[in-house]
Amino acid sequence: MEMPEPDPKILERKPQLLARLSTVLPEDALIHEISETRAYECDALTAYRCPPMVAVLPASTQEVSDVLRICHEEGVPVVPRGSGTSLAGGALPTEDCVILGVARMNDVLETDYDNRIIRVQSGRTNLSVSGAVEERDFFYAPDPSSQLACAIAGNVAMNSGGAHCLKYGVTTNNLLGVTMVMMDGTVVEIGGAHLDAGGLDLLGVICGSEGQLGVVTEATLRILRKPEGARPVLIGFDDNAVAGQCVSDIIKSGILPVAIEFMDRLCIEACENFAHAGYPKCEALLIVEVEGSEAEIDSQLGKIIEIAKRHNPVELRESGSAEESAKIWLGRKSAFGAMGQLNDYMCLDGTIPVSELPLVLRRIGELSKDYGLPVGNVFHAGDGNMHPLILFDANKPGDLEKCEAFGADILRLCVDAGGCLTGEHGVGIEKRDLMLHQYNPDDLEAQMAVKDVFDPKWLLNPAKVFPLGSSAARRSA
Amino acid sequence: MTPETETELAQIVAGLSGPVSIVGGGTRGVAGSAPALDISRLTGIHLYEPGALTLVAAAGTPLAEVEAALDAEGQRLAFEPMDHRVLLGTSGAPTIGGVVAANVSGPRRVQAGACRDFLLGVRFVDGGGAVIKNGGRVMKNVTGYDLVKLMAGSWGTLGVLSEVSLKVLPKPEATQTLAIAVPDAERAVGPDAERAVGAMSDALGSPFEVSGAAYDPERGQVFARLEGFADSVAYRSARLSERLARWGDITRPEAPDLWSDIRDVRCFADRAGDVWRISCRPSDAPDLAQKAGADALLFDWGGDLIWALMAEGSDLRARLGGFDGHATLIRSDQETRAQLGMFHPQPAPLAAIQQALRTRFDPQGRFNPGLMG
Repeated sequence: MEMPEPDPKILERKPQLLARLSTVLPEDALIHEISETRAYECDALTAYRCPPMVAVLPASTQEVSDVLRICHEEGVPVVPRGSGTSLAGGALPTEDCVILGVARMNDVLETDYDNRIIRVQSGRTNLSVSGAVEERDFFYAPDPSSQLACAIAGNVAMNSGGAHCLKYGVTTNNLLGVTMVMMDGTVVEIGGAHLDAGGLDLLGVICGSEGQLGVVTEATLRILRKPEGARPVLIGFDDNAVAGQCVSDIIKSGILPVAIEFMDRLCIEACENFAHAGYPKCEALLIVEVEGSEAEIDSQLGKIIEIAKRHNPVELRESGSAEESAKIWLGRKSAFGAMGQLNDYMCLDGTIPVSELPLVLRRIGELSKDYGLPVGNVFHAGDGNMHPLILFDANKPGDLEKCEAFGADILRLCVDAGGCLTGEHGVGIEKRDLMLHQYNPDDLEAQMAVKDVFDPKWLLNPAKVFPLGSSAARRSA
Repeated sequence: MTPETETELAQIVAGLSGPVSIVGGGTRGVAGSAPALDISRLTGIHLYEPGALTLVAAAGTPLAEVEAALDAEGQRLAFEPMDHRVLLGTSGAPTIGGVVAANVSGPRRVQAGACRDFLLGVRFVDGGGAVIKNGGRVMKNVTGYDLVKLMAGSWGTLGVLSEVSLKVLPKPEATQTLAIAVPDAERAVGPDAERAVGAMSDALGSPFEVSGAAYDPERGQVFARLEGFADSVAYRSARLSERLARWGDITRPEAPDLWSDIRDVRCFADRAGDVWRISCRPSDAPDLAQKAGADALLFDWGGDLIWALMAEGSDLRARLGGFDGHATLIRSDQETRAQLGMFHPQPAPLAAIQQALRTRFDPQGRFNPGLMG
């Protein structure tokens, strides 16, 4: 992966930068020895690593503002970091950058059940937001797989989704306001504890901007009352295309399940061997979950089973209890770990129109043969967000490159099928160079114009999202 | 100027020598004095896949045509766009592009989301005449910056929409409304409004998926809507009634137009005065309502949205002072609008960002100049 050459002038001035940063940060919040900066050399896309010049761990919006003002004046790039769980390299440092980690800012600032909002510092983890409102049976809906570790800051930066967004939407649909620090240190408040922010929808464009427009230090989030209950049904098919048709028929019937998860044969077998969830041996497995009271769940699952039966399933297992539900979910939730037992893997994230599912799965199978690399498919079928997992051997010379090329082919296939490169992980560095397959230069120009407004010197999270060639003139200006 | 294709639209924009007023159906009452750039002939549903819950249409497609196509498949636009003709006395046929440009959402916004939450993709022409696409037609898409949301509610000031792509949802089998009597409601301020907002908050904070929560002070009633399969609605209606009984007597009105009347603020349609739309933290609503000194009020979105009928020329924003939210002037004479502005002034740093964005997307200030700032 190509990254820009570090600027020697910035590296030379490291002592001056440290001296200035030490006037605004306590000693333990300023990390600059290589033995310590190495902890920040990568995120969850571990194939790419680069220790930053400096890492800072501010504890307040004011400290973030001070750090950014100094870096802005010194012309030093800043890479914001939540918990470092990005699968797209969104928090990958450059050699001449300051990593700005928000991990020390994790307080709940306000919980307001009457207005159904919570305001938190952005370093707080996703799951602990729900944890903070659990006592009153509320929850925060977006639930990325990494929710135990990932920070709200990263969720906002990447517009994170999760398994339940078919019903509840993704981060942008649950974010009401932010406190954000601009690259020059200016602190802005956007939105608040009401549904629609005034003026242009800046909140909408900040969410998903991959930390390139500002550093979000506080977020106002919508919280929802938990449903009375939830239960899944597991449906097995001997044909991927039939499973896809079943998904489409469920959606058309007027039922809106909270999740529809899909696994193919390789994933089913890997998960079964790993978690012993009792999955059947078949080509495709659907897990469909619905919510409500016991009677409502029975009624909805009944309708879903009726639809599934028209497609001759090889397995139909309705959960009747919390234990059975847990067992059905056990395999799916351990899918990534199970695949990791088989080999190293690369997880992709393209989205396709649900109707193109059979075609795309067939084509991925063909590509798998061509490349000689196995691929398992597990994804959120209700919204077409695929997660093909390509298996490769990191110790075998050339395998990573082959895997990257295969991955790029799959993502191009998603775009050509009417979909997109990334449904919830973000572009980062991973998909940066494929952007021109989805967008033409004018489309990218319009997006880069937004960055020009928020960060005219292009210092925030450099070399991400846009192909290096497209952003070269701006970055060197 | 009435382009029939996106290419024609781009050519017209590229050749403009002065400002234009972008018009779809012309029903939202914002057309300025500049010559009209009329997109109402840019029509047609380009794609509709009920099984994928997605619809793509040219921006000038009449909303009625979109809704009829969805209706035939038992689906709908879940954000329930308001029809401004009722309140503003305008005529014409609302277009889907106009709905998006104004980010128009109705009572279901409180549960399902706003127009912007259902917008999956856009194509638009920027001030230089370039055709830009962003987003697409899939439900999850984080590829690059989300200009889709930026375009929703930009009232044409960043570009001229040529195509929009929307997520749609199934129509429910059944709907049931509970009406809670809030006693002695001569005025919408003080204890009554507090009680009403409390009841709405209680309903929305329940696990029963309330899809509308409104309060009409003149009728002295809070309304809570439930939608879904018939057996589920019956169950939730019973449970919600138990929960809300402490706020007042509950009835189940059979009023098919109740929610479209609330959506369109029909209660102010035939009454003189300016109409304002206040967006606020629901628990602040009673206090703000008191400060407004309005002739009449209607609360929607559980109190998050207040419609205020004011004496002509009143400066509502001055009366409200600083608060967590904003006030938009929806109906007034030209003089009042010129004096007060349709949109709430933004804090200086945000106003500067928005102005800079407009300058980037429309460098010569062609599109609806002055409308948003």
